[in-house]
Amino acid sequence: MSTRSRSLLFSSATGIAGVALLAVLWEGYKALGPAEGLRIGAVEGERGSGVMVLPRTDDVAMPHLIDMLVRLLEPVSSSAADTPLWLAVVQAASLSLGIALCGLAIGLVVGTVLAVAMQRVRIVESAVLPLVILSQTVPLIALAPLVRSWGARIEIGEFEWQNWMSVAVIAAYLAFFPIAVGMLRGLQSPSAVDVELMDSLASGWWSTLVRLRLPAAVPYLVPALKLAGASAVVGTVVAEVSVGLPGGIGRMIMEFAGFVSSDPAKVWAPITGALLLGLVVAGLVALAGLPLNRFRRTELAS
Amino acid sequence: MTIIIDTPERLDTTTDAVSVDGVTRIFSARKRGAADVVALSDVSLTVHAGEFVSLIGPSGCGKSTLLRQIADLDQPDAGSVSVFGKTARRARLDQDYGIAFQQAGLLPWRTVSQNIALPLQMHRERGLDVAARVRELIELVGLGDFADRYPDQLSGGMQQRVAIARSLARNPKLLLMDEPFGALDEMTRERMQSELLRICGETGAAVVFVTHSIPEAVFLSHRVVVMSPRPGRVKEVVVMERAGAPVGSDAVRDDAAFFRGVTAVREALHDGAAAGQGVENR
Ligand SMILES: Nc1ncnc2c1ncn2[C@@H]1O[C@H](COP(=O)(O)OP(=O)(O)OP(=O)(O)O)[C@@H](O)[C@H]1O
Ligand SMILES: [Mg+2]
Repeated sequence: MSTRSRSLLFSSATGIAGVALLAVLWEGYKALGPAEGLRIGAVEGERGSGVMVLPRTDDVAMPHLIDMLVRLLEPVSSSAADTPLWLAVVQAASLSLGIALCGLAIGLVVGTVLAVAMQRVRIVESAVLPLVILSQTVPLIALAPLVRSWGARIEIGEFEWQNWMSVAVIAAYLAFFPIAVGMLRGLQSPSAVDVELMDSLASGWWSTLVRLRLPAAVPYLVPALKLAGASAVVGTVVAEVSVGLPGGIGRMIMEFAGFVSSDPAKVWAPITGALLLGLVVAGLVALAGLPLNRFRRTELAS
Repeated sequence: MTIIIDTPERLDTTTDAVSVDGVTRIFSARKRGAADVVALSDVSLTVHAGEFVSLIGPSGCGKSTLLRQIADLDQPDAGSVSVFGKTARRARLDQDYGIAFQQAGLLPWRTVSQNIALPLQMHRERGLDVAARVRELIELVGLGDFADRYPDQLSGGMQQRVAIARSLARNPKLLLMDEPFGALDEMTRERMQSELLRICGETGAAVVFVTHSIPEAVFLSHRVVVMSPRPGRVKEVVVMERAGAPVGSDAVRDDAAFFRGVTAVREALHDGAAAGQGVENR
């Protein structure tokens, strides 16, 4: 077995072990934690007073994992003809997955273009980098309606702005940041000797970019992509809610939250779906990174 | 005794390979209060076509800096540099020279053959079989079994040999080499020295060669330029006598003239007072 596939196998194994650990913690806390939770400063006989420091462990707040699994096999609503819950979750998660990947792709392109521009022109770097950092302080909730209304104004021939596009744009808005910052560092990473070698070969800007700077940026790009993937998922889930896009996992979490007392296991189904969505995106990013390993020799060897 | 200066007459001497004229290079101190470094002060030097010239001098005397002026990787503050009668910049853009740096400077994601192929890929020549040329170069530097290895799998000396092969890739008429054999063992070093002389003989390339080794400079060169530090200037130019054994043959190493050359360069290095045979004062 090659070192490459071995390391991939290893990271998948640790990923699965992580999920298993989460399950053990859940059931462990449920078995050992206080049933009514722990409140500090509660006034005797007054419900809901004080500060909750440990959550309740009863079946409404924390259903057993097995109950959740069983619930997944049952139909979404009480009518038996409905699709099973797991299928509904998978469908919602795939819609969100598509949007998140779309956002990640846009973020990759935008982040790369910004990084190249910043590397190329010093003034652009000092002007744009603070803006890039500032951009991440704008709360998503404020952004969603803006993107939506701007998008609605776009009409080019047959093309009409769709709601899901707003979600993808917001996901991209979160995803481009780590890529722009990581890529910029990577593009600036070649040593003076390497740059002089290219100069001595009469290499132009483009040729130096392609033959030296981009390959040298790969070790910085791969971890940035992982971060960006996680950001894209979070952005998609949150933006689905604030933009009001039905059919995705974000909306499903909100809708099912209403069943917290009547059907507690159902609430956790889309949350599990969101977790799996994050894992799938992380896995896809890792897979996409495999062909780039050639450019990470020095990093992987150490 | 007679001094026979082996100036290569077969070559066109109308255009010199390199002509450095009154070059001064001052690195301004980044910190306030620190003194500027005068790396080169009014340095003049001519390298004829096909001539082998070594630069020797204590560390920090500006040898690399001088080489970088010729390569147009750094520009002088005063004076001028011309290469084959053109500006240094034009010569760089025309790829008139090949350069091997003090550090190997290989791209870690390229294999040995891909690294050597880089100059050939960047400036494609019609009808050139790149793969065959690369194989030839790899054999030349004795790395036949390592063509598909990556630089991190090679020793420092092997990396340096890859860099030398890369500098030779396009058969340049001028070779700029900054301590290229510094990391090699004595055996490989002597073999590479002979190979280098053979290549120069075949291609008629001029060489500007930086070294810390007096015997190496004497063995390889037509002229040895002795430099002194702070400010970096040319202290003396020692012309080697080339009587008896032909240039580059191993017999030269045992030749009496060889030892006289070594002595002359050593004296020039230690103090400027040596006025022995074949020493041309400046
Ligand atoms: N980019 C630079 N910025 C500032 N000072 C420099 C720079 N490059 C070289 N110098 C200075 O110029 C002087 C000459 O440096 P150079 O590298 O040419 O020496 P050298 O003769 O090649 O030494 P060595 O034999 O150790 O390689 C040194 O004092 C060095 O500190
Ligand atoms: Mg040097």
